[in-house]
Amino acid sequence: MAVLHSAPKFATNDGVREALVSALGDAVLSSSEDHGEIILTVKRDMIVDVLTTLRDDHAYQQMMEIAGVDFPERAERFEVVYMLLSLTKNHRIMIKLSTDEVTPVPSITDLWPNAGWLEREVFDLYGVLFAGNNDLRRILTDYGFEGHPFRKDFPLTGYTELRYSEEEKRVVYEPVELAQDLRQFDFLSPWEGTEYTLPGDEKAEGPPEVDKPKVTEKPADTGAGPKAEKLADDKVSPEAPAMKDSGEQEDDA
Amino acid sequence: MSMQLEESPTTDGEVVNNYTINFGPQHPAAHGVLRMVMELDGEIIERVDPHVGLLHRGTEKLIEHKTYLQALPYFDRLDYCSPLCQEHSYVLAIEKLLNLEVPERAQYLRVLFAELTRISNHMLNMGAHVLDVGAFTPNLWIMDLREDCMNFFERASGARMHSAWFRPGGVHQDVPEKLLVDIGEWLDNRFFQLFDDAMSLVIDNRIFKQRNVDIAVVSRDDAVAWGFSGPMIRAAGIPWDLRKSQPYDVYDRMDFDIPVGTNSDCYDRFMVRVNEIRQSARIIRQCLAEIPQGPIASDDGKVSPPKRGAMKQSMESLIHHFKLYTEGFHVPAGEVYVATESPKGEFGVYLVSDGTNKPYRCKIRPTAFSHLQAMDMMCKGHMLPDATAILGAIDVVFGECDR
Repeated sequence: MAVLHSAPKFATNDGVREALVSALGDAVLSSSEDHGEIILTVKRDMIVDVLTTLRDDHAYQQMMEIAGVDFPERAERFEVVYMLLSLTKNHRIMIKLSTDEVTPVPSITDLWPNAGWLEREVFDLYGVLFAGNNDLRRILTDYGFEGHPFRKDFPLTGYTELRYSEEEKRVVYEPVELAQDLRQFDFLSPWEGTEYTLPGDEKAEGPPEVDKPKVTEKPADTGAGPKAEKLADDKVSPEAPAMKDSGEQEDDA
Repeated sequence: MSMQLEESPTTDGEVVNNYTINFGPQHPAAHGVLRMVMELDGEIIERVDPHVGLLHRGTEKLIEHKTYLQALPYFDRLDYCSPLCQEHSYVLAIEKLLNLEVPERAQYLRVLFAELTRISNHMLNMGAHVLDVGAFTPNLWIMDLREDCMNFFERASGARMHSAWFRPGGVHQDVPEKLLVDIGEWLDNRFFQLFDDAMSLVIDNRIFKQRNVDIAVVSRDDAVAWGFSGPMIRAAGIPWDLRKSQPYDVYDRMDFDIPVGTNSDCYDRFMVRVNEIRQSARIIRQCLAEIPQGPIASDDGKVSPPKRGAMKQSMESLIHHFKLYTEGFHVPAGEVYVATESPKGEFGVYLVSDGTNKPYRCKIRPTAFSHLQAMDMMCKGHMLPDATAILGAIDVVFGECDR
């Protein structure tokens, strides 16, 4: 597909994916190259080896970012994505692995010191554990926060809210109380297949059952019922009662 | 700042010199809501533990609940000193997923205003930096220039700060010709007079040099390993600029230089910014000279709204507009990481789309995260007042760091 967009253009991807997959051997579970991005999915336990190889042998000197993504429907629901940048080759790749709530991911703080905070962030927001990161405190959320807010099953409004209490002269934490439900409009077109039932649709489970399919080959099959009386076609009599009313008030009194 | 003396059990109740102080979160030199727990030996910093997240607003989570277009204004509110540069990464990420062509005039306008944003951002940062180390006047002078930039943003988008002007497929509205003329005149007749005046007070100033030269020297290897970007990595002598190495929009047609430092200290970081402003001015002049006439938004009706005039005449256009601003547009499934050179460094957006009208995940790579994380490494062995100079030279804004 021809590149039409004007997003940052880095060095060509030609052959890079094949070279990296063969260099990393069986650590690579799958690889893809869509939208101009090379993504390698690797085995969780081998992430340190993979990143060491990429840094030392393939000149990806900088690790710019670690992102967590939550896919609750998967068995290993979290993805951890490492964005690598090569200053000398002017190239970017993404390395990806998956994990669940309890299985720790080996920490890469020994490879890049800036991984420390990035891993703390993924831990804070998703609850992914990193084995070997010896400073795995929360980083972005409040002191004493509970839960991992970026999980898809964590509500947007959260569970607690805080305000300054004039009586107690301090900030108090309270359960979230919404005067009105949080409104989430779904503007997806109903014709393109929604995941929920439209109001009224719940009455019908599946298509309605019929003895025989309706066809319209004969007028009798259409289900339109018997023909109307012929007389119904006639014009309304000019002497219809409503026409008689002259509008004059009758003298009752 | 609160101070507490620690009694050590090993000195028989004698008070020792090491103490812990709280720098921030309400400290004018903390550039926002940064809390740093510092361990000091006298006035020498032994250890710094920056606590960030006091301005965490859950932007990334909020974006997951908005359509692609509704999520755009959040980017203005990340780094509120350089709003348009944040939008730039986001719209480019969407365009990369859509493989959407942007008209030339829109690309020029984006580059032009991204560079104006860079100037306005550096004005604020340099002003704050010199203020932090004791100079008052230059800040007032260059803040005036920042005000001029704000007026230009207002004339283009209607808003001084939170413009929401870059849109997927182009920009929201065309600019009046007079604005382009005025920007050119401003550069010719006003900008450099004021800027050079202000800098003449600073760059050879003895006090300013004493406070900044040889402060927080970071080696090249450290700068790379800590994930530095922007002026921080350029001050370390690495000519790395995403506008040059990974050009986006029409940066590949622009002729500009990458200023680099030699000593990798706070003074070099400041000087890199000073020279970047001159290069930005060069880019703006080239944009003004070369900008073509033409459309300012993609003609793909799936992402661009109909013309206002058409909406008054045609029912279809009205429906088109309604659908675009309620349902929004659908972005093909996939994931991209798009990073641009924001004034502070590499600002990246990792966008995961599941094919619907809302992003499945939008991870924002803040520039300040890596830089602030290195505070401990950079501050070690320096005096307490140096911390403010180091912080000023990082150019940190917490809207972006905490998201």
